[in-house]
Amino acid sequence: MMLSDFPLWPEQASTIAPNVDALMTFMCVVCGGVSVLTFFVIFILAIKYRRTPENELAQDYEPPKALEAAWIIIPFLIFMFMFVWGSWLYFRIQRVPENAIDIYATGKQWMWKFQHSSGQREINTLHVPVGRPIRITLASEDVIHSLFFPVFRVKTDVLPNRYKTMWFQATKTGRFHIFCAEYCGTLHSGMIGWVEVMEPVDYQKWLAGGAEGSMASQGEKLFQKYACNTCHTNDATGRGPVLQGLYGTNVTLANNATVTADEDYIRESILNPQAKVVKGFAPVMPTFQGQVSEDDLLKLVSYVHSLGTQKTTTPVVPVETPSSSKTSAGSPLNPGAGIPPQQDKGATP
Amino acid sequence: MSDITLGGNTPLPDVEEHHEHHHPFLQHHFEDLGQQHEASTLGMWMFLSTEILFFGGILAAYWVYRVLYPEAWAIGAAQQIWWLGAINTIVLIISSLTMALAVRNSQLGRRMGTVYMLIATLFFGSIFLGVKGYEYMKHWQEGLFPGAAFHWNEVPALAPKVQLFMTFYWCLTGLHALHMIIGAGLLLWFIWRAWKGHFGPEYYGPVEIMGLYWHFVDIVWIFLFPFLYLIHGAHHG
Amino acid sequence: MSSLTLHDVRFVEPEATRNYITHDYGALSWLLTKDHKRIAILYLFSITALFILGGFFAVVMRIELLTPEGDLLTSDTYNKFFTLHGIVMIFFFLIPSIPAVLGNFLLPLMIGAKDLAFPKINLLSWYLYMIAAVMGLYIIITGGVDTGWTFYTPFSTQYSNTHVFGVTFAAFIVGFSSILTGLNFLVTIHRMRAPGLTWYRLPLFVWAMYATSIVQLLATPVLAITLAMLMFERVVHVGIFDPALGGDPLLFQHMFWFYSHPAVYIMILPAMGVASEVVAAFTRKKIFGYTFVAYSSLAIAFLGFLVWAHHMFVAGISVYSAMIFSFLSYFVAVPSAIKVFNWTATLYRASVALMTPMLYILGFIGLFTIGGVTGLFLAAIGLDVHVTDTYFVVAHFHYVMVGGAVMAYMAGLHYWWPKITGRMYPEWWARLAALLVFAGFNLTFFPQFVLGYLGMPRRYHAYAPEFQVLNVMSTAGASVLAVGYVLPLVYLLWSLWYGRPAGPNPWGAVGLEWATSSPPPMENFHETPVVTWDAYDYPAMMKAMGETQNV
Repeated sequence: MMLSDFPLWPEQASTIAPNVDALMTFMCVVCGGVSVLTFFVIFILAIKYRRTPENELAQDYEPPKALEAAWIIIPFLIFMFMFVWGSWLYFRIQRVPENAIDIYATGKQWMWKFQHSSGQREINTLHVPVGRPIRITLASEDVIHSLFFPVFRVKTDVLPNRYKTMWFQATKTGRFHIFCAEYCGTLHSGMIGWVEVMEPVDYQKWLAGGAEGSMASQGEKLFQKYACNTCHTNDATGRGPVLQGLYGTNVTLANNATVTADEDYIRESILNPQAKVVKGFAPVMPTFQGQVSEDDLLKLVSYVHSLGTQKTTTPVVPVETPSSSKTSAGSPLNPGAGIPPQQDKGATP
Repeated sequence: MSDITLGGNTPLPDVEEHHEHHHPFLQHHFEDLGQQHEASTLGMWMFLSTEILFFGGILAAYWVYRVLYPEAWAIGAAQQIWWLGAINTIVLIISSLTMALAVRNSQLGRRMGTVYMLIATLFFGSIFLGVKGYEYMKHWQEGLFPGAAFHWNEVPALAPKVQLFMTFYWCLTGLHALHMIIGAGLLLWFIWRAWKGHFGPEYYGPVEIMGLYWHFVDIVWIFLFPFLYLIHGAHHG
Repeated sequence: MSSLTLHDVRFVEPEATRNYITHDYGALSWLLTKDHKRIAILYLFSITALFILGGFFAVVMRIELLTPEGDLLTSDTYNKFFTLHGIVMIFFFLIPSIPAVLGNFLLPLMIGAKDLAFPKINLLSWYLYMIAAVMGLYIIITGGVDTGWTFYTPFSTQYSNTHVFGVTFAAFIVGFSSILTGLNFLVTIHRMRAPGLTWYRLPLFVWAMYATSIVQLLATPVLAITLAMLMFERVVHVGIFDPALGGDPLLFQHMFWFYSHPAVYIMILPAMGVASEVVAAFTRKKIFGYTFVAYSSLAIAFLGFLVWAHHMFVAGISVYSAMIFSFLSYFVAVPSAIKVFNWTATLYRASVALMTPMLYILGFIGLFTIGGVTGLFLAAIGLDVHVTDTYFVVAHFHYVMVGGAVMAYMAGLHYWWPKITGRMYPEWWARLAALLVFAGFNLTFFPQFVLGYLGMPRRYHAYAPEFQVLNVMSTAGASVLAVGYVLPLVYLLWSLWYGRPAGPNPWGAVGLEWATSSPPPMENFHETPVVTWDAYDYPAMMKAMGETQNV
């Protein structure tokens, strides 16, 4: 049996992976060390004070009570260190770099569908360039799935009622596993695939082959097909709000609350327009629930997204990010020759 | 009102021989009636804490969606006939009073007083269930039962959420009504026992515990009434 | 083994001519019994049967996983097997194991009571258990269920076409069995203690059962109502958890884990109680830091209610709630650590007898420690993103549930076997079984930590070929483990007829249960004992021994 058939540690292929492995190593050393020490002490005590005819009765002696305080406080401090390290890492995993390439993914029983913003579509295989942060926006068409890249050390559950995002930046080219990690029915273990990490030049070549137009441009066609453009006009004369420059801004609603116009908000406004009506507009938009597939929804969202960045070039900052400052601190920017910086390049025909 | 002392002319339940000198309702594993009373009372309180979590779980889900869909919740509450709920609230409060009086009568050893008060409690409980049944029938006819029978569609965009409200309405009131029916069954048994003269100053624990249960079911309704009937007022002015 | 018998130190019941087993004969005298000891025996038989059933599913799954291809079972059958393995083992074995068998038998004996506070309710809870078990068996025969024991929506409500309703209904019913047991124990501990038996004189097993019962009482109803909503949704086709109808599938996960995380403590707290009893008896010492160990049980029960969302770090909760639940999860680890260190310190200057129960408990401490510290890995949210939903999690909870709860159950069963049956089990066979279980367990589950970190997801019927070596190791371990579990089944039955008569106190242990005859008489004690000493008061007992020897 070759050693490569019997790995004990997964490959590192993303910028996050060494950080996760470092924490894992720390946990193994500390927890393993304390455990082994405890087992050793138990072993020694059980042998040393084993019951013999001379040692029928235990000695009437107790260790000092100060020990109690010691093994409450010291473990607690160690735990807090683990907590801080784990949380720091979690923030890094959640915080998407500003210059990330957008890819959209849909999970359905039992396949992964990926769409690149240039319009390339693929199933159970994902082509990504090395050295560029990739942001994946995910939706599920049916049950809960979970997109898992072991070599990148990231996964996220994919839900049927909201968008989730994840990101990674691959550090080596090659072919790596994609798994579904949340049980989703009969062929759960068949909902697997490969991520092909390519040199940026190769990725560019791959993208050039056989696209049906960018996602945003396909979304634009849908926008006309569903007659969205009759109300959402380019100027303020329409019955619906103007969508140009909308994405990423704060919207004031009829009840004076504000929401950020992110992917989830756009999606909800298509499926359930009455939920969050923009201030000053009548709740007249019909629902598109059940009429637009998750794939097409992603295209529409991508189109509205591209409209938003036409005017303003506000960077994409995820909702969860606590502070947008120093976002790119931990992710060295790789120029990634020849790669469209955002999907909006393809959005303007 | 005849005052009957216990133990004398009541039929003896089966007890183990070596406890014959004890009270007929003292179970063999307790030291005395006091311990038995304390244990059963504590047991009922603990059962009620389980019940609080049971209703609490579904009320938590109710509140999550109440926050998510306030408009649908207001519409849903407006589908209820508030004064029927109000009548039921009053009926239940009266039944709690008669239940408390039944406990008091059994403590004082008034046999027929206990019987009458338990019958009164059962009567008011039945009125409550009758009114509830009428409301259920009306909701059914109006297509307000969730699932395939649901036909409410005045605001199409909100229909699924109103259906969600009605789901909670039926689950919550249904669970409550189930508790009422169990309570009514227990009351029938207690009326029979009281009539047989089982209860008295030494042994009124079971009536008291029955009372705890009845008051709890009453209090649950005190919460359900505003949650399900009255919340639309807060939004419409 | 020590030749000392210390049972004559305080007071001993006269050897009863009739005990609870010979008190009455015939099937009805068992099926209609209100005696806590007989109900414990009913539970013992029922949960053993279901343990064998759950074990069968596990063995077939392990054989399936010998090869990367799914060749032995179809994927649907495999999915049903892991679902049923989980449901049977959790709801029908682990949750009732120590409380309903050992707790039922021993709690009244330990506190000097004649019975539990509500004997009829105790019998009712066994019948509820049996109704649920029979429903479960019927469903297994007629096609099973494939949702996973977690019943996640919308898969369970909208997509699965197996017997979801029947199984959730069975889980709903068995939940009430669990609630009634907990309620009975709480009232018994509060109201039925013997004169002089104050709270701080209680054995730590009683403290552990008290904490367990609180969790059973307060967490289980939330599961019941959650499953009730799931059933309602499935039957009436409404959308409480269905996104297409305005529901939220994550709400189900929150409500499910609000019960199912505390349920972990329903399984492990009694195990900790058994560990305290066994460590005290086989070291002849008072457990070091008695009050810390007692209160840590209550702390675990309380904090256990506050950490449910740590099962959902990648499911869709905000970054800040993830941080809060991570923090609280570390908090709940502290009282567990306290217990492990206190048991270790008890060994110091003790008289350690490495009899079978003690071997199991030393194994328990080791495996529970590994299970516990790998919980720290999962609570580190950045690391959890990678290892959650993989075999790392599978290994972690098997170390806690099997390495912890089942090892302690086996320890308790051997420790109190002489009390329950009046017979000794064969010591050498039992030690062999304990070592087999320990070795087999580690071989089965340690490779799964590595598998998980490599990225093998849970609930996979077929897997990538590079995971095969570790899976073969795991299956090899499972076969050793299976032998280790079959052995006690054989020799414990054998001991019923051929075992050496045990006498009232074969271990020279203190505790009221050892002050009555073995098996105990129907009413436990001929005279209500009066307690004037602390729990595990070995020094005082030793002194009394010395005086009697001097006489």
